[in-house]
Amino acid sequence: MTVPVRTHGSDPAVRAGAAAPSAQAAAGSAQSGATPAAQRPVRRRSPQRRRRARRDALLFGALIAPNLIAIIVFSYYPALYNIGLSFFDWDFVEPVPEWVGLENYASLFTSASFGQVLMNTLIFTGVSVVGSLALGLLLGSLLATKVPLTGFAQTMAFAPHMLPGAAVGILWLFMFDPNYGLSRWAFSLFGADSPAWTTTSDWSLWSITIAYTWQRLGFVTVICYTAILDLPKDLYEAAALDGAHGWKLFRHLTLPLLSPITFFLAITGIISAAQAFDIISIMTSGGPGTSSSTLSWMVYEEAFQKFDIGSASAAATVLLAILLVITYVQVRYGEKKVNYES
Amino acid sequence: MSALSSSPSATVPVQASSAAAPRNTGRRRGPRRRPWATALLIAGVLATIAVFAVPLYWLFSSALKPRQDIYSWPLQWLPRELTFDNFVAAWNAAPFDRFFLNSIITTGVGTVLELTLAILCAYAFVFVDFRFKKIAFVLIIGSMMLPGHVTLIVNYMTVANLGWLNSYAGIILPGIASAFAMFLLFQYMRTIDKDILQAAEIDGAGHIRRMLTIVVPLSSPMILTATLIVMVGKWNEYVWPLIVTSTTDMRTLPIGLLFLRSQEGYSNWGAIMAGAVFVSLPMLILFFLAQKRIIGGLAAGAMK
Repeated sequence: MTVPVRTHGSDPAVRAGAAAPSAQAAAGSAQSGATPAAQRPVRRRSPQRRRRARRDALLFGALIAPNLIAIIVFSYYPALYNIGLSFFDWDFVEPVPEWVGLENYASLFTSASFGQVLMNTLIFTGVSVVGSLALGLLLGSLLATKVPLTGFAQTMAFAPHMLPGAAVGILWLFMFDPNYGLSRWAFSLFGADSPAWTTTSDWSLWSITIAYTWQRLGFVTVICYTAILDLPKDLYEAAALDGAHGWKLFRHLTLPLLSPITFFLAITGIISAAQAFDIISIMTSGGPGTSSSTLSWMVYEEAFQKFDIGSASAAATVLLAILLVITYVQVRYGEKKVNYES
Repeated sequence: MSALSSSPSATVPVQASSAAAPRNTGRRRGPRRRPWATALLIAGVLATIAVFAVPLYWLFSSALKPRQDIYSWPLQWLPRELTFDNFVAAWNAAPFDRFFLNSIITTGVGTVLELTLAILCAYAFVFVDFRFKKIAFVLIIGSMMLPGHVTLIVNYMTVANLGWLNSYAGIILPGIASAFAMFLLFQYMRTIDKDILQAAEIDGAGHIRRMLTIVVPLSSPMILTATLIVMVGKWNEYVWPLIVTSTTDMRTLPIGLLFLRSQEGYSNWGAIMAGAVFVSLPMLILFFLAQKRIIGGLAAGAMK
């Protein structure tokens, strides 16, 4: 299914810079090929060439401008402006925001609830990322064994990933209903009563974590499954000749070969879990109290329910800082691992 | 006796296919799998299916159950009768016709705009010469790392200043910038044979004509995939429409679900599940029709 992309994508001859030869070759053929055009970059400076280069630059600018401008206006500019806002006290209404320096950060880090919000974010992100990866690897390898029904299982696993988070949230809200939900049935198997998942502070964080992990798991499973089918088969034949199989094969061959993909899934998992919002909004609204509030919920609540822009933008900046560190780790550390594959 | 003899014969096709499967896929994993191992694996696959299918079944069956089947203990797994009452109740409790209209407009227009920007941008990166290409590329791809929640407050201010609060423009325009779809198209366009384009250039076709008559048709499989992925994302979008709209008649379907829940509380799960089906069904149909494309596109994005 992904064949056209990946087989050609790994072809080193087709690279981003390879657009140049089409223009060069056209001009080169006109010069009757006295010298190999590719080896004489000095000769590119003819007036004709320069005019051409300028025209191409203009065209390039015109083609990427709409997208680039949209990205700058709606991604980079707000991210930077948001950092600036975090040094002010504002409520969306007053004409001039009041400069307060680091006060917003000081009050964040001294409040007890912010500590809980950070801890909730850590638990929600950690459990959903580790849980979906561990289970996803397991289920992905299971589906890759090609016993009957694996195709259907793949379809079913991926379906929740297509659903709006709002629908997933509302479905789990019902399943967690202690009186008429599936949760009551599941606990009754063990002779226990279902906890009031979304309305007690001991359970609310777990309810959103489980719902979110369920939605993410199918995606991770299918990506792992696709990656496993893609692994070099000769290695497995060699390993089989050496008598390796089962867990040993998985531990010493499959896992290391999959490391670029699991690394990618971990990083993107962290980034999307840190932004999870719809499930939280529908299921618990961060409550009761702040028991299931995460950074992303807090940003929304402070800005659009309490109109405390300073506090909200400071919390958003903390979120940005954490994710930038993680992205930096990916760029620094991920590069090496990705090369391992090819 | 007949029950006993039927069970071993039932495992025969299973065994046969497990032996045949490795040959089909070219994968050999040591000695041939024993029947009990195959049975164990099938049990695992069935459990996997249950994990995902049972909640989905619960969603759809509850939407079709009469009230007394929902509020019953022990649980009524199979509806005693099927009814559309819940759908009627949901439709009456919240203006779902408006929600559908709003979702279709914002998803449709937003997808067309984003794909247009993505195609123009990807074409430029692959086929047009420019010295500082790389910087522009990094800027665009790098935006994927910026979490949406960091831009929420300032985008709200920008849209308010433009006078677009509670309007389609306000819902759509901040989301048209394209990084992921652009990347998918970029990867695909790189594989197009340059000779065809060169021939067209010698025939005097300019960039725009080459893009529209050669590159876009040749990229159509990936354009379709990217369209589907972008469309699903926009249909499911939640936080931005939530803050940028303020009246019920401007809400999109996912926000409508929040509205429905606050209307019905916990006293009418049937109607709420019916509302969830309204929101989910279009995406599920899309997925079942085009799952190979959607999964393939997302997997291609994951594996670079």
